[in-house]
Amino acid sequence: MCAKQVKKAPAQVETTGHSWDGIEEYNNPLPRWWVWILYACIVWGIGYTIAYPAWPMLTQATQGYLGYDNRSAVAAEIKMFDDANAEIKAKLVAAPLTGIAQDDTLNQYATSAGAAVFKTWCAQCHGSGAAGVQGKGYPNLTDNDWLWGGDVEAIHTTISHGIRNTTDPDARYSEMPKFGADQLLEPTQIGEVVEYVLQLSGQEHDATLATAGQTVFLDNCAACHLEDGSGDRAQGAPSLNDAIWLYGGDRQTITTTVYGARYGVMPAWAGRLSEDEVRAVAVYVHSLGGGA
Amino acid sequence: MWDYVKLIVLALIAVLAAIGANYAHDLPYMVNALVVMLAAAITFVWQLRNVGEPSHHPQNEYLDGVVRAGVIATVFWGVVGFLVGVVIAFQLAFPALNLGYMTEGILNFGRLRPLHTSAVIFAFGGNALIMSAFYVVQRTTAARLWGGNLAWFVFWGWQLMIVLAATSYVLGGTQSKEYAETVWYIDWWIVVVWLAFLAVFMGTLIKRKEPHIYVANWFYLSFIVTIAMLHVVNNMALPVSIFSSQSVQVTAGVQDAMVQWWYGHNAVGFFLTAGFLGMMYYFVPKQAEKPVFSYKLSIIHFWALIFLYIWAGPHHLHYTALPDWASTLGMVFSIILWMPSWGGMINGLMTLSGAWDKLRTDPIIRMMVVSVGFYGMSTFEGPMMSIKAVNSLSHYTDWTIGHVHSGALGWNGMITFGALYFLTPRLWNRDGLYSLKLVSWHFWLATIGIVLYASSMWVTGIMEGLMWREVDANGFLVNAFADTVAAKFPMYVVRGLGGAMFLGGALIMAYNLWMTVRAQPAKAPVNANNFVAAE
Repeated sequence: MCAKQVKKAPAQVETTGHSWDGIEEYNNPLPRWWVWILYACIVWGIGYTIAYPAWPMLTQATQGYLGYDNRSAVAAEIKMFDDANAEIKAKLVAAPLTGIAQDDTLNQYATSAGAAVFKTWCAQCHGSGAAGVQGKGYPNLTDNDWLWGGDVEAIHTTISHGIRNTTDPDARYSEMPKFGADQLLEPTQIGEVVEYVLQLSGQEHDATLATAGQTVFLDNCAACHLEDGSGDRAQGAPSLNDAIWLYGGDRQTITTTVYGARYGVMPAWAGRLSEDEVRAVAVYVHSLGGGA
Repeated sequence: MWDYVKLIVLALIAVLAAIGANYAHDLPYMVNALVVMLAAAITFVWQLRNVGEPSHHPQNEYLDGVVRAGVIATVFWGVVGFLVGVVIAFQLAFPALNLGYMTEGILNFGRLRPLHTSAVIFAFGGNALIMSAFYVVQRTTAARLWGGNLAWFVFWGWQLMIVLAATSYVLGGTQSKEYAETVWYIDWWIVVVWLAFLAVFMGTLIKRKEPHIYVANWFYLSFIVTIAMLHVVNNMALPVSIFSSQSVQVTAGVQDAMVQWWYGHNAVGFFLTAGFLGMMYYFVPKQAEKPVFSYKLSIIHFWALIFLYIWAGPHHLHYTALPDWASTLGMVFSIILWMPSWGGMINGLMTLSGAWDKLRTDPIIRMMVVSVGFYGMSTFEGPMMSIKAVNSLSHYTDWTIGHVHSGALGWNGMITFGALYFLTPRLWNRDGLYSLKLVSWHFWLATIGIVLYASSMWVTGIMEGLMWREVDANGFLVNAFADTVAAKFPMYVVRGLGGAMFLGGALIMAYNLWMTVRAQPAKAPVNANNFVAAE
């Protein structure tokens, strides 16, 4: 079939003599390069199926002379990195949290490992750059404004146990009352306290209403947000006297927050991530915007 | 008598569909049942008006009405399918275009994507294949289509399938199998229509007046038979209720995945390759007015292609739960498939040897050449991507999307456009096309559109593959998934523009064909083309 004839010009080649609706066919031989590449592919294919698992038999498929299998290849690659990192992981778990940043090797490892963990597990809410989602309740982690504390130990606790979840009894917990929905405040009082909060955060507001709102604030809000509105990290109460807002700081959004409260939840990661991973991501987050 | 049986059956279908709509468990089922009721009612009225009419099937004339209808349907569904494609391309670049807040998800990417794939593959491609098969088999057997009006049943049955599928997709009806999303009762209907298609085609072949069967018909027949088998096996499912669109697959887990990709890959192999090669084998030599390059090559590459394609499916499941041995075989057969696929390209291109000057003057030939060129490129790229090492980079990335589209837009699209430009003047007995200049415009818009599409997807696919696998010295991933999505944005815009150009070309074609039928003078008082050739 791999014909040896000299390739003729089309005009010299005969047709098969068939004709369909005017279509004829030349009797050209198969192009030799085509045949040889086909043969080469077949030979290569036979060789490959001898080398690798291929032909299904009665009880199992042929295993291939190279003894390759997908799962072991992946497992080996994972083990290679696990082995390479085992020592430094142990060191990371043993070190005091506050000391990690001072140890260059440890710090470098924790930051790159933490970044990877963050991009896999945390980026969905906090964004791949950790800037959160403005106004949606996903806090920005790159600034020094922290709800539950921004030192590395506080961050570690928050990551380990999460916030207001139902799975971890040690989760950080606090709950703002629903001042409007539960009728703890009259609508007029809510209007007043919102004006006061606007005043606290240095925004345009109605001065008369704000003065009335101050009383409402001191009676109902100051226990958690403190008298000056600077917030209390022990209770996860955000500061209200700056321009940083978790859900938004305009009149409408603050009213919604006072009326129905918010209940932001974060999962607990201890157990889902290993301790070295939790520590690594705590160090990474601390390096972004953490403070004392 | 036969007429009355038909009337009774149609009335029964309409009543049963109405009952089905009444008891429907879900919205897609209800809407589909109403569509069926309407279709049966319209056919009932049509049938009623034709009771007692003598059937008109002169055996010395070709049955071309159904081919004409197929040409119209091909152009129409082509434009619809390309338009939906452009919309979803821009949805990926600008998610706000999902319009979720006002359409309750009906226009979400997730619903429009199967609408796009089904519209271009089964509505545009399917109509092109059925229509061209009907044309080609008549011309190359010198016989009128077998089965009287059965060919018309195939045509209208296929359109009904398309409408049912489209309405069900946007309302959420799907069995979640890629390229086989249609729910169980639509699958059954496809079987009925497809067997009718097979009967018409086989019947015509059997009563042929030519002694030999032309190569185009081998490809068409293998496509029809294999698709029937693939479709039935992949869609074996138990409906949860006769009044619901939901069903449960008979196979599960990795077996289901394997069946799905055995189907999926051979839908490419037999629907988009073998079927369209049938088209190529008729229209290229006709338009070039040259004999086919090599009869031997067509035999060898036909059988090699048919034998090898059916094994290549597992390369869609590299590095999954699929056993290693299946993965190996899928890859090996895909690579051996390279030359058999190229046999079609060689036969197409070499048929033009001695007629290359026509490329300068005939934009239709140019379209066909580019089509065969894209076929060659895709059938090289495919085996290459089936190599495990390459696949570990390319799998799940946009590279795959680019590969599919260089094949679908380049090969399937361009050869179909060529066939449509060839057929329209002949079927409507017109003296040539309305404007060759517009064909040129279509050619360049489509070609540049494809190049933009394919190259932007190569860039973004390889980029995201590299970003996904990038690890630092300690083995940690460097990029978040969202980073890779953000990085793809500019390429998504380029892809959308490429698609828009392709759509623009198709609109120009639709106008050109419309004007050909409307404004071109008739060719001759007697249209010899529509009469069966003398023996």
